[in-house]
Amino acid sequence: MKRLAELRESLVIALWFMFLTFPILVIQVNTIEKTIIWRWQNLLYVGIGSFALSFVWRYFIGKAAAGGRASGERAEEKTSILQRITADSRFSRSAILLTALIALAFPFLSSTYQVNIMTTALMYVVLGLGLNIVVGQAGLLHLGYVAFYAVGAYTYALLYQHFGIGFWTALPLGALMAMVFGLLLGFPVLRLRGDYLAIVTLGFGEITRIVLENWSEFSSGPSGISEIPRPGFFNLAMDLEESTIYLYFLMVGFVLFTIFVTNRLQNSRIGRAWLALREDEVACEAMGVNKTVAKMTAFALGSTWAGMMGVVFAAKTTFVNPASFTFLESAMILSIVVLGGMGSTLGVILASFLLILLPEYLRAFSDYRMLLFGTIMVVMMIFRPQGIITNIRRTYEYHFERKQNGAPDASV
Amino acid sequence: METILETKNLTMNFGGIKALDRVDLDVRQGEICALIGPNGAGKTTFFNCITGIYPPSEGDVFISPPAGKRKRINGLPVHRVTARGLARTFQNIRLFPDMTVLENVMVGRHCRTKAGVLGAIFRDRITRKEEKAVVTRSYAILERIGLADLANALARNLPYGDQRRLEIARALATEPFLLLLDEPAAGMNPRETEALEELILRIKTEEQISILMIEHDMRMVMSISDRIFVLDYGKKIAEGTAAEIWENPVVIKAYLGEEFDA
Amino acid sequence: MDYFLELFIGGLTRGSIYALIALGYTMVYGIIELINFAHGEIYMIGAFTALIVATILTMSGMSGVSVLVLAFLVAVLYSSCYGFTVEKIAYKPLRGASRLSPLISAIGMSIFLQNYVMLAQTSDFLPFPNLLPELPFMEPYAHIMGSTEFIIVTTTAVVMILLTILIKFTKIGKAMRATAQDRNMAMLVGVNVNRVISTTFIIGSALAAVGGVLIASHIGRINFYIGFIAGIKAFTAAVLGGIGSIPGAVLGSLILGWTESFATGYVSSDYEDVFAFALLVLILIFRPSGLLGRSTTQKV
Repeated sequence: MKRLAELRESLVIALWFMFLTFPILVIQVNTIEKTIIWRWQNLLYVGIGSFALSFVWRYFIGKAAAGGRASGERAEEKTSILQRITADSRFSRSAILLTALIALAFPFLSSTYQVNIMTTALMYVVLGLGLNIVVGQAGLLHLGYVAFYAVGAYTYALLYQHFGIGFWTALPLGALMAMVFGLLLGFPVLRLRGDYLAIVTLGFGEITRIVLENWSEFSSGPSGISEIPRPGFFNLAMDLEESTIYLYFLMVGFVLFTIFVTNRLQNSRIGRAWLALREDEVACEAMGVNKTVAKMTAFALGSTWAGMMGVVFAAKTTFVNPASFTFLESAMILSIVVLGGMGSTLGVILASFLLILLPEYLRAFSDYRMLLFGTIMVVMMIFRPQGIITNIRRTYEYHFERKQNGAPDASV
Repeated sequence: METILETKNLTMNFGGIKALDRVDLDVRQGEICALIGPNGAGKTTFFNCITGIYPPSEGDVFISPPAGKRKRINGLPVHRVTARGLARTFQNIRLFPDMTVLENVMVGRHCRTKAGVLGAIFRDRITRKEEKAVVTRSYAILERIGLADLANALARNLPYGDQRRLEIARALATEPFLLLLDEPAAGMNPRETEALEELILRIKTEEQISILMIEHDMRMVMSISDRIFVLDYGKKIAEGTAAEIWENPVVIKAYLGEEFDA
Repeated sequence: MDYFLELFIGGLTRGSIYALIALGYTMVYGIIELINFAHGEIYMIGAFTALIVATILTMSGMSGVSVLVLAFLVAVLYSSCYGFTVEKIAYKPLRGASRLSPLISAIGMSIFLQNYVMLAQTSDFLPFPNLLPELPFMEPYAHIMGSTEFIIVTTTAVVMILLTILIKFTKIGKAMRATAQDRNMAMLVGVNVNRVISTTFIIGSALAAVGGVLIASHIGRINFYIGFIAGIKAFTAAVLGGIGSIPGAVLGSLILGWTESFATGYVSSDYEDVFAFALLVLILIFRPSGLLGRSTTQKV
């Protein structure tokens, strides 16, 4: 009986979606040539697709509801296999060793093209981790991350163009500029309720692009700024291949640095305040946390990271123009954070590789990239808001009597 | 005994409705005071007004910490009030559910510690020392409260009664001189209530922290309170010792009236 | 003076369109406290549906007002259905989740719908036929206010009056107001909250579709991205007027429309979108509760 009802429900859902997608998916009009194309096959796909998906949806919704009800002490035992593996220090040590070896050998085993793609992926790891400070740790929805990325990129491009300033000097300056912009934008908004930040950052992202496109005297408009030098290494002359490899290792360094910093932040007084803020703003304030300051810190730090990567981006492509800083980029970085699990470093790293490399190697896929990002955000929020890898809280062990000096023996 | 908290004419308007109407109240050093009254009498609003969540429409809130001067604190942001030494719990538990029990308490240490972003990144000697002290102190609080065994459990997985105790532990970590408890015994079984009673008395005697609590469990209120204040429709209708309140006809009428209405 | 009047009418027209979209934001926000990022896309889908219907009808030989009416009706129907479905898929499962989750889900839905239309239709701008008729009695005033502007402003005014009647006097309107005040309380007194939320989405989406068809006829071209910018602006208007307040949304929209119209007319047209954003930041600094909004006290 229940089966039958479900079947009927799915049928209704299939019909509903066939009706819903009919004008947009089936009919394609060309108003210039006055032609209409009817794509009836799409109707069939939608029907079958939504019929099948409705079963999957129902199954997972039911499972999620059951999981919510049984959230007793058992919830703690429900750690994933991946978590248990990563928690095993022997395993994780050899995994880190292996990753390090692969990372070291990679540029010498593959083509310049491959190395370039990998460098891009590493840049998104850093961007993802940077945004993760804002969204994952402090729980602030930032929809204009790419604007700060642009600030960094243009800082380097303009400083080089006007003053001939090199990469290593521009790097801290770009980061600083982005931080200043973050503070300026954050100050009016962050004392208000959280959702205003989302719309203001979304607007800011668009505005930055519009200003860069229109203010030609300042930014050279849509044609952009070209011939930006790649990072140098003690005035050593490098050919294209060498500098690509150099940039790759530079990015590996950046990733390690970022992981180091974000991990330290996570387990600090500030990191705990961010997390508490994400969990319950009212209680957090009542515990003596100045929420505006805490939010500003997270927002400014996230911006700083974007600015830093912006400088690297300008150096990597040797060219910047406004088209590189569209909402697509912000959406992509946000998807990385959402998919990876808010607050989880390993999750963000895996997610950025997945989302950057997949469209790169599956070309057919790349057209549907944005569709995928949108879907990820909705589906992850509904079924797995904690991301593919749940962040395990650090545990502190404390031996009160056994240790005379009273030093807490903290272990991760 | 010195007065440590005093409100004068405290009034809170919500669009024409007087949730609090010229309430005068005082708590003295070393006391356990209770704030009682029918539902909707304005008790939680009173807490919200003195802790800075709502700025009072009229009237004043003064605190005189045992080691400090008398200060007017209305209009002060919530986190500043906490830093001045008032800490509270919430009627509907507001823990940080995805943080561990120990971390919940460690957040309470926030306003008594200083480490900034640079300290967190470089983990210099001062920061390490401070962090160690935070863990030590938080753990010690959990031991006193009796939650040390659960230090590494997630707060969301604690049984109800323990969640209430954890809220108290977290509040204690901010080093208050006055602890504000909003219905600490709500939803507890008699055994848990008894343990709570003992805990509150212990906080008063061992830590020299005064307590102002909102509570509906009359048995507990009568047995541990030094003084009781009664609110009804935003007005203070009575104050006194348990015995005085017990016999006060105005109080009886307010309570019976409520029961007949419901 | 004529230039001023022209800009004034231009602003009024823009403001009317913003108002139609802003109402959807403000009503949804009033009831479930969510910025429905996908709302701009609903408006865009309305415009696309109208374009498709109008093209088919025109090519099959129909003309005049019947094309307009049919295109309008189908657009409103489809937008409402999309709004309803979006709520059921992306927001309903997240009731009671943390504040961040529905927001991320909403932005995801917005990205999804944008790209769905782009992939299924085209990423280019499509010319949109002017469906609105020329009104002969407007001819003497054509240098100040064209027929299109007149129709847009009048339609918006009529829609607003109908909406006000709906909210003030009908049963569902009362249920909506009750839910906006206190959802739990409304549930306790027997309001079917799910139905109220669905209705809110349907009404908001229908209004957005009206706006979509009007603006597309006015500007004469559409693409999949029009909803995005319009959405940000309409939200700005809603915040300006006081989010959650229906008269506020209308007032905010008109002010935004005039600001843009005068700023582009007297200052520079390159930065059309920048003015709206600057206005948004200014409001948030100086009057975060908006012009007609009541300052909300959080429940503790």
